[in-house]
Amino acid sequence: MSTPPTYNFAYLDEQTKRMIRRAILKAIAIPGYQVPFASREMPMPYGWGTGGVQVTASILGPDDVLKVIDQGADDTTNAVSIRRFFARTAGVATTTHTAEATIIQTRHRIPETPLREGQILVYQVPIPEPLRFLEPREIETRQMHALEDYGLMHVKLYEDIARHGHIATTYAYPVKVQDRYLMDPSPTPKFDNPKMDMSPALQLFGAGREQRIYALPPYTRVVSLDFEDHPFERTRFDKPCSQCGAAGVYLDEVVTDDAGGRMFVCSDTDYCAGRRQSGAKTSSAETAP
Amino acid sequence: MTAARAGSESPLLTAEGLTKHYGARLGCADVSLEIYPGEVLAVVGESGSGKSTLLSLLSTQMRPSSGSIRYRMRDDVMRDLFELGEAERRFLLRTDWGFVHQDARLGLRIGVSAGGNVGERLMAVGWRNYGRIRQEAVDWLARVEIDADRIDDTPATFSGGMRQRLQIAKNMVTSPRLVFMDEPTGGLDVSVQARLLDLLRGLVADYGLAAIIVTHDLAVARLLSHRLMVMRRGRVIETGLTDQVLDDPREPYTQLLVSSDLRG
Repeated sequence: MSTPPTYNFAYLDEQTKRMIRRAILKAIAIPGYQVPFASREMPMPYGWGTGGVQVTASILGPDDVLKVIDQGADDTTNAVSIRRFFARTAGVATTTHTAEATIIQTRHRIPETPLREGQILVYQVPIPEPLRFLEPREIETRQMHALEDYGLMHVKLYEDIARHGHIATTYAYPVKVQDRYLMDPSPTPKFDNPKMDMSPALQLFGAGREQRIYALPPYTRVVSLDFEDHPFERTRFDKPCSQCGAAGVYLDEVVTDDAGGRMFVCSDTDYCAGRRQSGAKTSSAETAP
Repeated sequence: MTAARAGSESPLLTAEGLTKHYGARLGCADVSLEIYPGEVLAVVGESGSGKSTLLSLLSTQMRPSSGSIRYRMRDDVMRDLFELGEAERRFLLRTDWGFVHQDARLGLRIGVSAGGNVGERLMAVGWRNYGRIRQEAVDWLARVEIDADRIDDTPATFSGGMRQRLQIAKNMVTSPRLVFMDEPTGGLDVSVQARLLDLLRGLVADYGLAAIIVTHDLAVARLLSHRLMVMRRGRVIETGLTDQVLDDPREPYTQLLVSSDLRG
């Protein structure tokens, strides 16, 4: 795996990387604030993680070990192609093991294995503005952020309860960062929201089409919005993973035949494989760390 | 009707020399007024007379070319409205003030349920208990005569009169002291208008509300307001107690206006 001479290290030119790094530094300095940046055309379509790829390209060094996941899986198209992209253009080592990676680019999930200090989690974000579907005007939403005028977000949650009897938002569940900025945690399932709170790893969010970068520095307070009488609840699953028997992890439903057969397996493939290798049985019901 | 002023010596809002130019055109010129707690002031005049400009200026949605507006805040201190920060002004607009638009779609979130619309202001000022927000919404819907079982319907499914009543509930939920109304009965049929006027009269009396109502309908002014201001070509040409002005107009233009009103 050597760097083809036609590309600069990690595809982007150095000036672009400097520009993105400046945006990242500003984002880290103001947790949860959306910093505009001059997003570049990437050799992939919008919606496939152009924001995340640009952030990863800007922070990647020759010694880094990269892991890329898509919905928790290391072996889906998006994950495989982005991993190969950086293996080719930067020549960095790649891995599927969460513990070995220094940079993890993700679409939607936070790995089940707890992250540690020094690791960086890069999110691919489609729509960075949590208020967008409530207030279409960008000028207005920026002013709402500036004035911390966030009553409208609770209107959305109120509507959920009025219609469904509970807060029915299960992904892109809005959070308040350090008691200041309202933030869209990208379309991660709300199951993962508590993992963002006080995480020892640095979390960076890149939205390519919308040209925004935001960040959560290590050990940042991240609180999911709720009502006193309808508190935030993590998604629960009735059964453990049918492959490794893990309970308290996020599960994917897999249809196994055309007669209604289905099973629930870990969405985090690395975590599941690791448990099976170390001899966890299908029937056992253990709790994830 | 002047009884409403008794006991409140200092005005709630004072405007001095309000002038607004749109380029070379005049929006309104040198308007001064005072409004006291519990008092209803009607601004009448034909289309283009500067009524709506005046209302936009008073509610700080537009800056005047010259002149000042002072408001007595809840801590009883008179403050210049255009010296308030944006955050303070927004807070004022959604707590101490109300704004009832002629077109309910401007004042309501048309895709959000009636309960959500009424609850929005409460959530904006920090209410975080769903049950209490909902109870407050139920109470206010009842007060504006909307059936409680419509609480989860969106205003898109409401009739014009209901939307207007919902808009009033949405504004009243934080017990404002001053409400601006821009042709609140415009576009409604006569019986619905009568019901709405009845409701507004009740609210003004029950909650000691001060209101500034812009209307071209003299009947609305007669029913609701204590005092009347007649505008023409951007200037105030006559002011006085409502019945006085309407029954014994002094200015030729006001006489014309009164005599051209079918019900006058």
